[in-house]
Amino acid sequence: MTAAVEKPRTLFDKIWDAHVVTEEPGCPAILYVDLHLVHEVTSPQAFAGLRARGLRVRRPDKTVATMDHSTPTTKGLKVLDDAARAQLDTLAKNCADFDVRCYGLGSERRGIVHVMGPELGLTQPGMTIVCGDSHTATHGAFGALAFGIGSSEVEHVLATQCLLQRRPSTLEVRVDGKLPKGVTAKDLILAVIARIGVDGGTGAVIEYTGTAIRGLDMEARMTVCNMSIEAGARAGLISPDDVTFQYLERREFAPQLAEWDAAVRAWRRLHGDEGARYDVSVTLEGNALQPMITWGTNPGQGIAITAPVPDARAAAEEKALRYMDLEPGKPLVGRPIDVVFVGSCTNGRIGDLRQAARILDGRHVAKGVRTLVVPGSHAVKRQAEAEGLDRIFLEAGAEWREPGCSMCIAMNGDQLEPGQYAVSTSNRNFEGRQGRGGRTFLASPLTAAAAAVTGRVTDPRALL
Amino acid sequence: MKKVELIRSRCNHLLVDDVDTDQIIPARFLKTIGRAGLGANLFADWRATRFDAAGDGRILLAGSNFGCGSSREHAVWALTDFGFEAVIARSFADIFRANALKNGLVPVAVPSDVHRYLVEHAHVEVQVDVARTALVMPDGEQVPFPLDPFARQCLTEGIDELEYLRRHETDIAVWEARHG
Repeated sequence: MTAAVEKPRTLFDKIWDAHVVTEEPGCPAILYVDLHLVHEVTSPQAFAGLRARGLRVRRPDKTVATMDHSTPTTKGLKVLDDAARAQLDTLAKNCADFDVRCYGLGSERRGIVHVMGPELGLTQPGMTIVCGDSHTATHGAFGALAFGIGSSEVEHVLATQCLLQRRPSTLEVRVDGKLPKGVTAKDLILAVIARIGVDGGTGAVIEYTGTAIRGLDMEARMTVCNMSIEAGARAGLISPDDVTFQYLERREFAPQLAEWDAAVRAWRRLHGDEGARYDVSVTLEGNALQPMITWGTNPGQGIAITAPVPDARAAAEEKALRYMDLEPGKPLVGRPIDVVFVGSCTNGRIGDLRQAARILDGRHVAKGVRTLVVPGSHAVKRQAEAEGLDRIFLEAGAEWREPGCSMCIAMNGDQLEPGQYAVSTSNRNFEGRQGRGGRTFLASPLTAAAAAVTGRVTDPRALL
Repeated sequence: MKKVELIRSRCNHLLVDDVDTDQIIPARFLKTIGRAGLGANLFADWRATRFDAAGDGRILLAGSNFGCGSSREHAVWALTDFGFEAVIARSFADIFRANALKNGLVPVAVPSDVHRYLVEHAHVEVQVDVARTALVMPDGEQVPFPLDPFARQCLTEGIDELEYLRRHETDIAVWEARHG
C-alpha cells in the first residue's frame, strides 16, 4: 500500500479546511470564526436581533468591540451629534448586556477596528476573522482569513460563532522586485486595483506573493490587504513569516511565554505548498511601480502620478470625469487642492505617520490648505507623540487629531465641503464619500503630505 | 424571513456600472440603530435618480458590479424599504449579494444581450421566478440566472439562515471541544 499523496494546498485552502465545522450536501459550509470584531455602526441591528430571538452571544471571549466610525476626532472626544451619541451608547449597553469586551470612548486601547486588532495582538496567523466592515481584509496581512460581513451575518456570528459560506476561488497577485524610492505599499495596491479593476477579485480571496510583498513590513502589508475589497475580493492574504512573528511577539493578546514558541511553530506551516494552484494568477513588476493617484470615483481609476488623466472609455468613466471636473489628457500634478487627509484603516498607522512627517518636517502646509492628521488608534497617537511627530505636524500647520475613521467615512463631523478637492490616504474615492459633493484623490501618505506642502497634486519624489 | 417566489414588475433603470453602497445610502444616514425608514434616503445624493416604486416599479435594473464597496447592509434595507424586491444587473459585488439574499432582495445577474434588451425596452414587464431561477422575458423566454441552491431554498421556503445554523449547534459544540 502506498501512502496517499496529499494535494498541495494554498494558504487559503489550509485556513479554510481547518475551520469547516460541517458541510451538508448542497449547502454552504458552516465556517467557524476565531475572532469577531464589532463596531457601533453595523452591530445595533444584530444585537437587536439576538434580543428578539432571546439569544446570547455564544463566545463573548472571541468577540471584541470598539467605537471608531461615528466618533469625533476633536480634543476631549465630545460627541455633538445625538444620533452618533445614541449609536455609541447602544454599543456600550449591548456589550454590557452581552458580556462583550468593549474598548469604547475613554479606553486607551481604542482605535479604528482594523488598527486596534493587530496592535493588540488579537489578530493572529491562521485565524478566521470577521467584522461588519468591508476593510476586515486588513487582517489578512497576518495570514488570517479575514473578511467583511453584513449586519445579518454579524448576528449569525454573535449567536453561533459561525457563518454559512461558499468556498471562494483563489487569485494570486504576485509582485516581485523592490519598490523604488518614493513608492509605498499604497502605491502598490492602487496599481493592483488599476490593473485588475474594482471587480477583478469578485468571488475570490487574493493571496499576495512575491519578493516585493515579502519585503514589506507588517504595516505596509496591512495597507495592501486592506484594499483587497476595493478590487472586489472577499479577502487578501499574505503568508506569515519572521516579519509577522516579530511584530506580534509580546503584544497584549498574542500567545505568551511557553505558548509563543508552539504558536510560531504552527504558524510556520501557514504557507502555500509547493505546486499549489491558484484559480487565477496576475503578476506585477515591483521595480516598475511609481507613486499612484486616483483621478476618478472608484479606487480602480488610478494612474501613475506622472501620467495624464485618461480618456473616458465608458459611461462610468465619463460620469467620473464630470463629477471630478477633470479634463482627459491633462496631468493631475499641479492641480490645486483644498484638503489633505492622512489617516484611516489603510494608512493611519505609525509607519504612515512617519512617512507624512518625513515630508512635513521643517516645511509648512500651503496657505489655504486644511491638513488633518488622524492617528489610527490611541496607541498610534501615543507612539507618534513619543517620537515628536505631533510637533512636526503642528509646526507645519496641520491638525493633530484624536483617533477614529474621521474623514475616510465623514460621519463624525470631519468632512469635505461640496466641490472641494482632497488628497487622501483613505481607501475610497466614491462620490461624496468624504463629504457630500467632495472630490477625493487617493494616494500614499508621502503624496498626501507633498500635496499639503505645495497646495497642489505633487510627485512626492521631488520632496524626498 | 418571508417567502419570495415570483416578482412581476417593470424595471426602474439605473444604468450605471460599479454603483457603490455609498451611493445607495450615504454614510451620514448610517447613524441609526434600526433598519426602518432608510428608503427615504435611497440614492440621496443622486438627485436625478427618482424612482416610482409604487405598484409596478419593484425591480431595479442596474449596470455591472452593483453594490460594490462598503459592507453596509443598510444599502439593502434602503432598497427594500423603498419597495424594491429584486435587482437585475450584469454582476453584483459579493457582500451586497450576500446581504441582499438575507433580506429577500433577489440579485438577478443576466448576460449582456438580455441586459441590453431590457435597457432598450424600458416599459416591458418581466418576472423573476425564484423557484426556477429564471428571468421570464415578455415573450415567455426563460433566462436562467445564477442563484446558490441553498439561497434559493431559503428564499422560496422563507428559511432564515440563522435558524439553519442554530440547528447545527451540536456540531459547533463538538468542533469547539476539539479545537478549544
